Amino acid sequence: MTAVTPPTPGAAAAAPEPVTPAAVRAVTTATPEPVRAKAPDTAGPFKVGASRPAERPARALRPAVLGLPLRPRLVVMCVITALAAFGVFCLGLALGDYPVPLADVVPALWRSGARGTVFIVHEVRLPRALTGVLVGAAFAASGAVLQAITRNPLASPDMVGINAGATTAVVAGIVLGFGDTLGTPTLGLAGGLLGALAVYLLAWRRGSTGFRIVLVGIGVSWMCTSATDYLLTRAKMHQAQEAVGWLVGNLNGRGWEAVRPLGIAVAVLLPAALLLAGWNRNLQLGDDVARGLGTPVQLARGLLLLVSVALVSFATAAAGPVLFVSLAAPQIAQRLARLSAPPVLLSALTGTLLVSGSDLLARHLLPDVDLPVGVVTGAIGAGFLLRLLIRSNRAGSGG
Amino acid sequence: MTAIRAEGLTLAYDDRTVVSDLDLQIPPGRVTVVVGANACGKSTLLRALARLMRPVHGAVLLDGRAIHSLPTRQVARQVGILPQAPVAPEGISVLDLVGRGRSPHQTWWRQWSTADEQAVAAALAATGMTDLAHRPVDELSGGQRQRAWIAMAVAQQTPVLLLDEPTTYLDLAHQVDVLDLVTDLNRRDGRTVVMVLHDLNQACRYADHLVVMRDGRIAAEGDPAAVVTAELVTEVFGLDCRVVPDPVTATPMVIPLSRHHPARAVTA
Repeated sequence: MTAVTPPTPGAAAAAPEPVTPAAVRAVTTATPEPVRAKAPDTAGPFKVGASRPAERPARALRPAVLGLPLRPRLVVMCVITALAAFGVFCLGLALGDYPVPLADVVPALWRSGARGTVFIVHEVRLPRALTGVLVGAAFAASGAVLQAITRNPLASPDMVGINAGATTAVVAGIVLGFGDTLGTPTLGLAGGLLGALAVYLLAWRRGSTGFRIVLVGIGVSWMCTSATDYLLTRAKMHQAQEAVGWLVGNLNGRGWEAVRPLGIAVAVLLPAALLLAGWNRNLQLGDDVARGLGTPVQLARGLLLLVSVALVSFATAAAGPVLFVSLAAPQIAQRLARLSAPPVLLSALTGTLLVSGSDLLARHLLPDVDLPVGVVTGAIGAGFLLRLLIRSNRAGSGG
Repeated sequence: MTAIRAEGLTLAYDDRTVVSDLDLQIPPGRVTVVVGANACGKSTLLRALARLMRPVHGAVLLDGRAIHSLPTRQVARQVGILPQAPVAPEGISVLDLVGRGRSPHQTWWRQWSTADEQAVAAALAATGMTDLAHRPVDELSGGQRQRAWIAMAVAQQTPVLLLDEPTTYLDLAHQVDVLDLVTDLNRRDGRTVVMVLHDLNQACRYADHLVVMRDGRIAAEGDPAAVVTAELVTEVFGLDCRVVPDPVTATPMVIPLSRHHPARAVTA
């Protein structure tokens, strides 16, 4: 601390003389810069923004500050994760009962190649693979947004009742028999929104704080789970089977009808989440600081919550509540990028990799058994998260 | 010069009125310090000046216009606030934190400019944080952490800077350090500073204009030397004391009396 204490003579700045720029510079950098000492600043930087050669930052600092908006590590990680996800995606299209050579997979996406290959890739495997990609991205981006708003990794949609609300609504649709008329996406969205609304209203008092949202969310989540369980006990055998198959999170047999609504939702909501990221960054500093920085706190939180809820609801409607993705993927992404909050895009890419990879494993881990993807994401996500927690604890930076 | 003042300001949390019918003119380009006993409404007043809470009656006027009628971002370019004991997200670097001070100057189509970069570098330099720019905030000492937060407010480049007890939880050396830094910001850049302080003697040293609050009203205000008397301290803080000139600055210095150390034991 002594190194950065202004070298004012005498204790407590008894003399009212201003600290000279030279003294300030001597404190901050060792770089000699004689021009600066000749030009003592009398006007504030907010007054004459243009004519301030004196405030030119020291050269040593430049590259570092330049790195701030770009975050090279984040960019590199995004590229790596995207490439890995694309690789797994192609592998998923290639492997199966009728193996397609990897070299033929990419052309087949654009319907060029042998007719049989195009059929297998495009009609049979692509919808499932795309659902995996979109579901992973949606769950993870949703988790990233919510974890960042609440400043709490536990506040992922699968913990705070949003997932559970969507699940209850879809199961109700299956069991009570109105699922076919309304459609799973609509039901999922309605349920997710209701769950989120319950959390928001119950936790809302003079502005919601992250901690309240987590506590109330866990409560709402359990209420929804109870409701789902009750519905299952009332269901007929075939309905219960259908519901349970969907409940564990499943990509099996997903066709284009699952891809389209989810694809549109992700195409709209993911850019929205990215645009709102600036507000979200400020919200992490606390409501008062965020407002002081010009963020409309309640509006920002409301919009972010809406984006997060919509993303997770559409994903849940398409594939069921795929466990752990919205909790683990943002945390993994945050540690990969070494940031203080989960980055949305990298989280989405990580989620895609996690779900696509898990589905690949789920299909091929056991011969002749098509496991639901949720079983694998749960196992992989939990394992990876534990490893990261242990490592970061060893490094002393906490979890 | 941005002028900020309160007119007939009444502030309340739900039904509990904290500040009532308060008029206050903040002298531009000077350091104003608000003091008062616990729960006298001084932090609430500061929050209202920063547009963090909506008045029940009256208004805070920024250049003559009610602050609540102005767009949030426009206020954020004129008034910076550092709340009491802010908590940084885990793992955030000093540079990242200070960079967020630039957000009122950014739009979604223009995220980062050379001006932002220069402002951040200047804020780091002014607070002596340049060498620590890449360190995580939660690994810094209390004094350094407070400097990092002040650097964020400095990077915001607002003509008015509001600080709520910036010296809380700091040891004495770091308290002096932070107050000197705030004085630098005022003297060098001409920023208007309003801060809430707990320590009366520090308030007397650093204030150009002292505002003494009691039960949501202003009990006295003006030059500390003219305002702070033993009678006022007794009235506002319920503390018997003697007021002597500070041996270093000649500003008023409050020496408390107590049951075990009554006035007659002191030889004048």
